[in-house]
Amino acid sequence: MTIMENAGPLDQTAFGNQSPTYFGDKRIHLESRDINVWFGNHHVLNGISLAFPENSVTALIGPSGCGKSSFIRTLNRMHELIPNAGLTGEVLYNSQDIYASGTDPVTIRLGIGMVFQKPNPFPTMTIRGNVLSGLRLSNTRSRNEDELVETSLTRASIWNEVKDRLDAPAGSLSGGQQQRLCIARALALSPEVLLMDEPCSALDPGSTRRIEETIRELSESMTVVIVTHNMQQAQRISDQTAFFLAEDNEPGYVVEFGQTDALFSTPNDPRTEDYVNGRFG
Amino acid sequence: MSKTDQERVNFDSAVTRLSDRIFFGSATGAAMLAFSIVGLILVFLGLRAWPTLQAEGLSFITGSTWDSTVGTFQIMPMLVGSVVVAAIGILIATPLSIFAAFFIAFVAPPRLAKISTLVVDLLAALPSILIGFWGASVFTPAGASWAELLNGKLGFIPLFQNSTGTFTRSPFIGGWILGIMMVPIITSVSREVMSRVDKELINAGHALGGTTFTTLRRVILPTSRGGILGGILLALGRGIGETIAILYVLNLVFNVNVLRPLENRGGSVASMIAAFIGEADDATIHALMAAGLVLFVMTLLVNVIATSIVQRSERKMAS
Repeated sequence: MTIMENAGPLDQTAFGNQSPTYFGDKRIHLESRDINVWFGNHHVLNGISLAFPENSVTALIGPSGCGKSSFIRTLNRMHELIPNAGLTGEVLYNSQDIYASGTDPVTIRLGIGMVFQKPNPFPTMTIRGNVLSGLRLSNTRSRNEDELVETSLTRASIWNEVKDRLDAPAGSLSGGQQQRLCIARALALSPEVLLMDEPCSALDPGSTRRIEETIRELSESMTVVIVTHNMQQAQRISDQTAFFLAEDNEPGYVVEFGQTDALFSTPNDPRTEDYVNGRFG
Repeated sequence: MSKTDQERVNFDSAVTRLSDRIFFGSATGAAMLAFSIVGLILVFLGLRAWPTLQAEGLSFITGSTWDSTVGTFQIMPMLVGSVVVAAIGILIATPLSIFAAFFIAFVAPPRLAKISTLVVDLLAALPSILIGFWGASVFTPAGASWAELLNGKLGFIPLFQNSTGTFTRSPFIGGWILGIMMVPIITSVSREVMSRVDKELINAGHALGGTTFTTLRRVILPTSRGGILGGILLALGRGIGETIAILYVLNLVFNVNVLRPLENRGGSVASMIAAFIGEADDATIHALMAAGLVLFVMTLLVNVIATSIVQRSERKMAS
């Protein structure tokens, strides 16, 4: 039985055999309810209901092509920028549906930031310009830009490496540094939630480790959702894990969602067990 | 001689088959022919222009007197006029083209984008004499009334003053006509470079709270700046060389006032050549050839700079 056959995200199945109180005093910050995604006539995700508790890291794992990246893009309305994209279901952010009519996607994206797979700093801007790019793009102001640059870069653990060359072009940084700059750029807008779509897949192990440390630190004050191919990474950094799967030419769905430790050590579903033990995918 | 030298294959020997040699020969010949035509035109113009250039010296392009009865030929007003009309065209065409390119590359659904591209390209294929006709008969009254409106509202600024009492056949109107002819050039180059902007950068712009407009302004335009500038220069080259359309809508005079584009006093080297060549005596022909040489060098320079900017920006985006 899969989650899509069940109604609510907070029922038993959605969280393994644990009751919804398993979040303890952690509020549910972001929640998807019965999300279905299409590209044209191609149905790529079916009935995704997941809840993301405040100040924690949730990992989305699963083989390539199972719709993890498509799903994460529905959480801050980036999905609708793709031509022919379709969607049903709700995404509740602080209990408000971000797809409710009259909701401005720009406001949503300011609260729910995003870091992409490939480091993508703006090549025409300096390091400082990249950190402040969100302010310029969203026409918001900061009382103290220098301070914002320093705090954002510090939170992304790159301040010490770049503090003497803030006016250098962003392209002069290494791949790992560029990705941390992208994290800083997202943090400068003070989002409550940070979505990360395989942020380490293009990076070397050293850079990956530093970004993982950063993610753990960030999760003390914000909610992080991260798509990853790397199961060890999911185990190292996440509190909850959702396992996505898609059979050939079928839409992707969530096989199992639960606490990371439990999902990896004692999975409920044999498919989860096969996947986390590396038998496929 | 080392062992590797002995074993080195001579790749030239690959081109020994007769069919290949014929092909290489004709391709090289065609390229050489193109070069030599340009070279021969230059030589021809240079020879025919020599008497005037020798007589006038630098004052040919710095002086303002054109009088075939005394044999004085100076084209500064026409040169400046060409630049003014082309600059007005650029001012009008650039924003229009950038929005059109953005629409085609990012906003329009694929079918509409295809149709829009076709329509814009069709505009480029319209013979300039048709645009000239249309400009003189249909556009001029409308353009004149816009000019009058500008003069009425902003007449306190010297640039918008007009003491001639008429608003037709002005550089302002010529600029609009050139602008219309420049739109397809700037649009197609801009569309090309904009559609090459990394989608991930555009996604980042949206993810950072950018609206469609701020993403265009802060991400897409700065990234494709070089290519768009190249497109603008290509259009400038086209504008400076435009002859017939301008001849129909612009009053060519030698007392051009650059700072009064609403007045019916303008200049254009290319149109001047077309206007004068019919009844020119020998000395005037030499002078017109010299004007042609100057025009040729000017458009060549603009085009070389434009092409190199476009190529450099393409290389930059590819890396």
